[in-house]
Amino acid sequence: MSLGSWLRDRPHFLEIVYKAAENFVTRLDPLISWIGYDRVERLITPPEEIAKEIVFDCRMCGQCILHSTGMTCPMTCPKHIRNGPCGGVRGNGHCEVKPEMRCVWVEAYERSLHMPIYGTEMTQLQPPVNKSLRGRAAWITMLTGEDKEVPAGWEGISELTILDADHTCWFSSQEE
Amino acid sequence: MPQEIVPEEQYIAGSRLERILRAGRFAVTAELNPPDSADPQEVYDAALVLSRVCDAINATDASGANCHMSSVAICALLTRAGYEPVMQVSCRDRNRIAVQGDVLGGAAMGVKNLLCLTGDDVSAGDQPESKRVFDLDSIHLLRTVKIMRDQGQYLSGRKINHPPRLFLGAAINPFVQPYEWRPLRLAKKIEAGANFIQTQYCFDLSRFRTFMKRVRDLGIDQKVCILVGVGPLRSDRAAEFMRTKIPGVVIPDEIVDRLRKAPKEKKQEVGKQICVEVIQQVREIKGVAGIHVMAYRQEELVAEIIEEAGLLPRPRQPKAPDEDPFRPDRKWKRKSSD
Ligand code: SF4
Repeated sequence: MSLGSWLRDRPHFLEIVYKAAENFVTRLDPLISWIGYDRVERLITPPEEIAKEIVFDCRMCGQCILHSTGMTCPMTCPKHIRNGPCGGVRGNGHCEVKPEMRCVWVEAYERSLHMPIYGTEMTQLQPPVNKSLRGRAAWITMLTGEDKEVPAGWEGISELTILDADHTCWFSSQEE
Repeated sequence: MPQEIVPEEQYIAGSRLERILRAGRFAVTAELNPPDSADPQEVYDAALVLSRVCDAINATDASGANCHMSSVAICALLTRAGYEPVMQVSCRDRNRIAVQGDVLGGAAMGVKNLLCLTGDDVSAGDQPESKRVFDLDSIHLLRTVKIMRDQGQYLSGRKINHPPRLFLGAAINPFVQPYEWRPLRLAKKIEAGANFIQTQYCFDLSRFRTFMKRVRDLGIDQKVCILVGVGPLRSDRAAEFMRTKIPGVVIPDEIVDRLRKAPKEKKQEVGKQICVEVIQQVREIKGVAGIHVMAYRQEELVAEIIEEAGLLPRPRQPKAPDEDPFRPDRKWKRKSSD
């Protein structure tokens, strides 16, 4: 078992690390903006790429939503589905396209059940991917807000409004 | 479907399918097997058989990643002859620019029902070396068309002069993992804009009942019309092929066994019988609004199945005055120069 998959099976630990890192980076924002976002980006892109590649098999889409998708990179889904899974999942839970791989979204769902902080974000409607951010450092696009920019028509769409609040949490339905 | 009375001008698209569902009638849709041909007659021959027994005809968009006549073209032929199509749009072959253009084009030709799919992967088809696009996923596509319809703008925010009026559909597959997540994914699709749903082939009834119970508990059966996918199995070998080779199709062992035990010349009959039984059983499930028949290479059976399931005659819907896309009184805007 690789280090990556060992870590990915500890989603609660990862979400804590994510939260801490997000806090840390946000606090550094004034400093980073003073140095210049593009300069810092040039510096941190390679290490971010290597680290996230090892842990998450990251594809550098530049708008990281890992914490909303069970700490599982949705771009590793061969169909690049951001609101998965598709209907092609095999009987054994493996991917329709790559039979040797477990469906990314089956894993995302299972992991989200162990993520008390961000788990319920799985129900959010994720906007279409902005392909022009590809290859950018997601920490920087987060600070500049570019990762949250959506096409004008999509504005204001994120949470599930058709369910009552207590229904958006499916943890309870698990125990039945 | 919500049962409150809505004046006709407030219908989402006013399609025949929508009218039937709003009237609380059990709807029947069927899939047209797209021809590998440039001859329109092949589409019309298939449509003639289907139109007598169903309320809307699905025009598939290279399903299974196999190339056939395009769904836009089939829809153009169908609407021209007064049939009611459900235009399927998948995200596999076209990016958001192309898809939005097709949606407008389809609506201009009289399409009023649109089914938004992510699409089967290219590896499932006969040209696995193709480039896969998947610029959007099905939920993005649903929402994009909803934005076009309700806000009168493209995804980018640019204005559309005359927004398309479309009854929006989505596909779901309750029969594969992660089972507990499937009802919530349905909720996401409804949130994204789905008005009706067509499911993957339903053979596993107990799984489907569990799924529908959860859907009812969430209250979302009131917000969407669910048409259950059904179809005849030709033989146990066909069933075996489908459940191993076609992604997402689940067929329980009992059904395959039943087909295996049937004598050779009776197999097709038994397959049809199973299909009729499935229809009768899903009809009893609360929250099911209709069926969607997919009879790959067995079109001749569709009429028999629908008849034997007791679903004939189909309700005749009065044609709304705006139903003919080529109505003569239509005033085409022309530039004064020509
Ligand atoms: S089976 Fe899962 S990983 Fe494979 S294409 Fe579908 S959603 Fe993506």
